[in-house]
Amino acid sequence: MSIIVDESTTVLVQGITGRDGSFHARQMLDYGTKVLGGVTPGKGGEQVEGLPVFNTLAQAVEVTGANCSVIYVPARFAVDAVYEAVFADLKVVVCITEGIPVMDMLIASNYARARGTILIGPNCPGITSPGKCKVGIMPGHIFAPGPIGVVSRSGTLTYEVVNNLTEAGLGQSTCIGIGGDPIAGTNLLDVLSLFEADPQTKAVVLIGEIGGSDEQLAAQFVASKMTKPVVAFVAGQTAPPGKRMGHAGAIISGTEGTAQEKIKALQEASIPVASSPAEIPQLVRQALSAS
Amino acid sequence: MNIHEYQAKSLFKAAGILIPEGEATSSAKHARGIAERIGPPVAIKAQVQVAGRGKAGGIKIAKTAEEAESHAAAILGMTIKGLPVRKVLVEAALPSSAEAYLAVAIDRAQRKPVVISSPAGGVDIEEVARKSPEKIVRTLVDPLVGLKDFQARAAASPLFQDPSLVKQAEVTLKNLYALFVEKDLSLAEINPLVGTEQGIVVALDAKVITDDNALFRHRDLAQMRDLEAEGPGEAEARNNDLSYVKLDGALGCIVNGAGLSMATLDLIKHYGGEPANFLDVGGSSSPEKVLVAMKILLADKNVKAILVNIFGGITRCDDIAVGLVSALEQLDVRLPVVARFNGTNQEEGNRILQQANIHTAETMDDAVQEAVELAQGQSAP
Repeated sequence: MSIIVDESTTVLVQGITGRDGSFHARQMLDYGTKVLGGVTPGKGGEQVEGLPVFNTLAQAVEVTGANCSVIYVPARFAVDAVYEAVFADLKVVVCITEGIPVMDMLIASNYARARGTILIGPNCPGITSPGKCKVGIMPGHIFAPGPIGVVSRSGTLTYEVVNNLTEAGLGQSTCIGIGGDPIAGTNLLDVLSLFEADPQTKAVVLIGEIGGSDEQLAAQFVASKMTKPVVAFVAGQTAPPGKRMGHAGAIISGTEGTAQEKIKALQEASIPVASSPAEIPQLVRQALSAS
Repeated sequence: MNIHEYQAKSLFKAAGILIPEGEATSSAKHARGIAERIGPPVAIKAQVQVAGRGKAGGIKIAKTAEEAESHAAAILGMTIKGLPVRKVLVEAALPSSAEAYLAVAIDRAQRKPVVISSPAGGVDIEEVARKSPEKIVRTLVDPLVGLKDFQARAAASPLFQDPSLVKQAEVTLKNLYALFVEKDLSLAEINPLVGTEQGIVVALDAKVITDDNALFRHRDLAQMRDLEAEGPGEAEARNNDLSYVKLDGALGCIVNGAGLSMATLDLIKHYGGEPANFLDVGGSSSPEKVLVAMKILLADKNVKAILVNIFGGITRCDDIAVGLVSALEQLDVRLPVVARFNGTNQEEGNRILQQANIHTAETMDDAVQEAVELAQGQSAP
């Protein structure tokens, strides 16, 4: 079944004429994603990778009937692109952009939720349901369809984990990068609940990192509401407090948000936590055979 | 980004939040002049971005202008938790009758700004949260509608016993929230917020953290950056679109992606090594970036070996390989290097490295184990 995106997902690329937008439009098309067009204000009428470019998202939706958009727009203008997508009543919006002010995202994510649009990101690699649809910048070749749901705050670490899973014969139902910012439109808990309800997903791999309390809340949800096994990995045990480790959301404030605290919360919810990414497939196998 | 207390107080003042009369200075003599102007007693406070200034002797009360000068001279020479004290804040020492805690922060899980208020001021708020959490009131603000008056009233009421202080605190709270939103802050904290013996509510301390992502639209805040408060290499990395944090070990790392980078450091420790740094070279494959990354990494003289861990999605492994080979040549690097490439064009990337006699490993675990041994075995040249 997969979650959020599948064969019925049709995609518009916001920022399609830019360097990243055009490159990833091609990559998505090559994967088999139904990309129907794109938007760059002022460039309506042009073509990118054989796709029509529109001046506004509303026009693009009216003409193509697309139900999803992906945003490759610079940080200063990205949140406006999010609003444009929500106003167009899109089902799913994936915001790749890094560097969006937190306050902007606080308001936009609350608004999207109130309007019923699923916002993924920002500062994320996107979402892939293997064999069906890829929205974002994840490299297609690492995926294989299967029963493992993957949810992560990271980019390349996710690829590493997915690659290991695929090589171990553990294909994926859907893989979602929720992003590395402090505010994520869709958080770990939101995704776990969707995986729990998805018939194709038999087990979940959760990849967390320092900062915030998303993993702790996810652990509570798993303990109380989830029947499917979850295996986790948390990056940043070596991170010193107070230092931003790349991602805007990866920072230990005082004593809050340490990897140790997250690992403890996950273990208390009976979620095995891998000591290295390579250990994950073995833990998933054990969890699947035990369930 | 962190800013100093005196800078945070200037923001508070402009936002209509009362602060003690004062001025920051880097001269002990000037400190005396400020003390004379304000009138003793004055507090002399080290301006360093660390907790525990008081315990380290960085906060002193001066009863005369002469004392102000001598205290300032002593504190200006100090290093507190590794940071040199370049400025002191000289401000009126106001006797207080009550101390509370007030802050505005972001509740990430709820995706809302949160006002945190407590009558337990002047102490470590994390301690209060651990020992007496019932003393802390958290008021979530819906960012779509802002802080409502009824919320401000409810949040202010536990701060003080005296109703006239509560009324003033309500105004302070509203101003603090408005400042938080207007300046794109991540944290605005007043600890303690005091009721003076004259019955006035004043912010005795001020801590502000700004949102790095929003600095582009706040030039005044961006100019407050204290480069000395940053770790070595961080500013240069930032200016080149890299992320770098210096650590204490001998194994230097270059990785693409923050999560993968952190996981690599964790794995190094897992195998008994000590990472020298966190370095996320990011999504682009440009040789220039690899060169800058290598320069920053090598500025750390503790580095005895280098681990390069790349998972190429959009990043092409052959591009990184070219950049790496060129950087090692240009910088005449004699240290052992282990590289692990996976993903896009990995075969080509490995071929380029092998031709340059750079050791490649197949898996992340292999690469880390080999690199750890090299860093430990390598003696100083």
